Amino acid sequence: MHNPIRWMGRWSVAPALVLLAALAIGGPCQPAWSQDPQPTAEPTTQEPTAEAPGEPAQASAPEEAAALPEEAGTEATADAASGRSESMQWVDEHIFDLDRGWLLLVVLIFCGSVVFWIAHARSGRPVKVRKIAGLEAVDEAVGRATEMGRSVLYIPGIQDINEIQTIASMTVLARVSRTAAEYDAKVEVPTSRSLVMTTARETVQAAYLSAGRPDAYNQDLIYYVTDEQFGYVAYLQGLMVREKPAACFYMGAFYAESLILAETGNSIGAIQVAGTAMPAQLPFFVAACDYTLIGEEFFAASAYLSGSPEELGSLKGQDMGKMIVGGLLILGVILTTLASATGSEVLQHFVDFLTQNVLT
Amino acid sequence: MKRTAPLLIASIAGFVMIVAYFIPKTQTWGEDVSVWFDILAAIAFILGGGNLLRVQLKKISDRRPGWGYALITLIAFVVMLACGLLKIGSHPNEQYPAFAWSGTYNQTGTPFWWMYEYLIVPLQSTIFAMLAFYVASAAFRAFRAKNVEAILLLGTAFVILLGRTAAGVFLTDFIPSDVLIENPTFLQHLVSTLRLENLTVFLMDIFNTAGNRAIMIGIALGTASVSLKILLGVDRSYLGSGED
Repeated sequence: MHNPIRWMGRWSVAPALVLLAALAIGGPCQPAWSQDPQPTAEPTTQEPTAEAPGEPAQASAPEEAAALPEEAGTEATADAASGRSESMQWVDEHIFDLDRGWLLLVVLIFCGSVVFWIAHARSGRPVKVRKIAGLEAVDEAVGRATEMGRSVLYIPGIQDINEIQTIASMTVLARVSRTAAEYDAKVEVPTSRSLVMTTARETVQAAYLSAGRPDAYNQDLIYYVTDEQFGYVAYLQGLMVREKPAACFYMGAFYAESLILAETGNSIGAIQVAGTAMPAQLPFFVAACDYTLIGEEFFAASAYLSGSPEELGSLKGQDMGKMIVGGLLILGVILTTLASATGSEVLQHFVDFLTQNVLT
Repeated sequence: MKRTAPLLIASIAGFVMIVAYFIPKTQTWGEDVSVWFDILAAIAFILGGGNLLRVQLKKISDRRPGWGYALITLIAFVVMLACGLLKIGSHPNEQYPAFAWSGTYNQTGTPFWWMYEYLIVPLQSTIFAMLAFYVASAAFRAFRAKNVEAILLLGTAFVILLGRTAAGVFLTDFIPSDVLIENPTFLQHLVSTLRLENLTVFLMDIFNTAGNRAIMIGIALGTASVSLKILLGVDRSYLGSGED
């Protein structure tokens, strides 16, 4: 039986990539050196306007822009200023937002590399992934809780299930729950969103089922507390201090509560594993927890824990994305340095094009 | 079917959001998907409230340790809900004075408003204020000079903290600043950077930003990768085991 999602993904990606790449390349503003001079426009020496600083073609905007209706004035002027033909303007208004062309191209290159490496891994070639200490520590943490006869506390962040970090958290929860089921440990999951509670229940139930312990699953241990950020924190602090769980997992989106939770867990001597993609909260977790999954490590958890070639292949695709970003960074640095050192206008135009079109 | 339907819904919703971002004509589709999520989340409130009541009532009936807290939670929940839903103490809207319930639930002076202003807000502030103490204890542990890295961290933190206070400015006030010089030389600029307030800015802008951006790039790529796997149905772990 074919999985419709996989079928859809497999057969829709390639043509979509080609079509959208064509639109992306054809869409964005052209750099100054690739544009023909405007034959009908009066040569002017005006400075670039504040609306679109540094737009290369602004000094020679065609006169049609002035004749356009007032209600469409700003957009039409921008289109005209960028040297778009009427047909391209029509495309911009009806078919594709040309200002987002470069973003689409970047997305397509990245998604293409992920899809390519997934297909590559499917062909049976081994993919090596380095050890992630935080995920290796799951067994240790749950084992410790079992030995001490105490519970495991799992906190999936304070955002709803539409947040990608919460979804990633569910993957780690599945692993923690399966390990807990195997060790006969108790996992408690207080949530701050009811949809997260429902998803967590499904996840934990499935984990107990896959561990061969469906009878040990207790849905009352996964419950809703409150949507209020600090109300939730107050409840968790009280729970930690009263019940003293042996292991605490903080996986998901956290804000100011990260340090409050991690320090409370530290004070009760729990082994703590955290994972988040909130850069501002990472230092707090690093300071107070035993293991921390930093940003992309947290997102790699799903692939790492499942061990399936398809998912591991996606990590390889991510690495390709990093290489592309790294290459662009180096290119940008070299070009900017050369443009500054030599005073070359061509290089400066290229740098301006990169920063004002590709990177915005 | 139990897993295929959610997968399809997630995929379609995700692709619609992407398409809506790039194609102007479909922008409203993306907004519709967001509205549908809001509707689901609103319905889930009932689910959450029901679960809260059930869990707390069970705690009380079982006389479990800490059941007193459950009682307080229950009373607070019911009272707040009643005040909000029934609009107790709320005056009718001036435009519709004949309709008793036309006023808003959070009007100034209502019991709901009073509980929010004088109970919830102070309690939230109290919990938030505790953060200051936790920062101190975490910093004390993190900044112990155990090895070279920890010493570097300690030194950097010292410079940053000092540079953001008046004492930092005062301590390095003798170093000439290049702010008032019209065209400072490289050496003048270098010397000026040694002032603590400038050193703080330098550390934050160069080292901190570089590290932060590296993490941000990793997060962005990770987010895109996970999203793609979910949209294509490669990652189904959030739906439980692989068995239908």
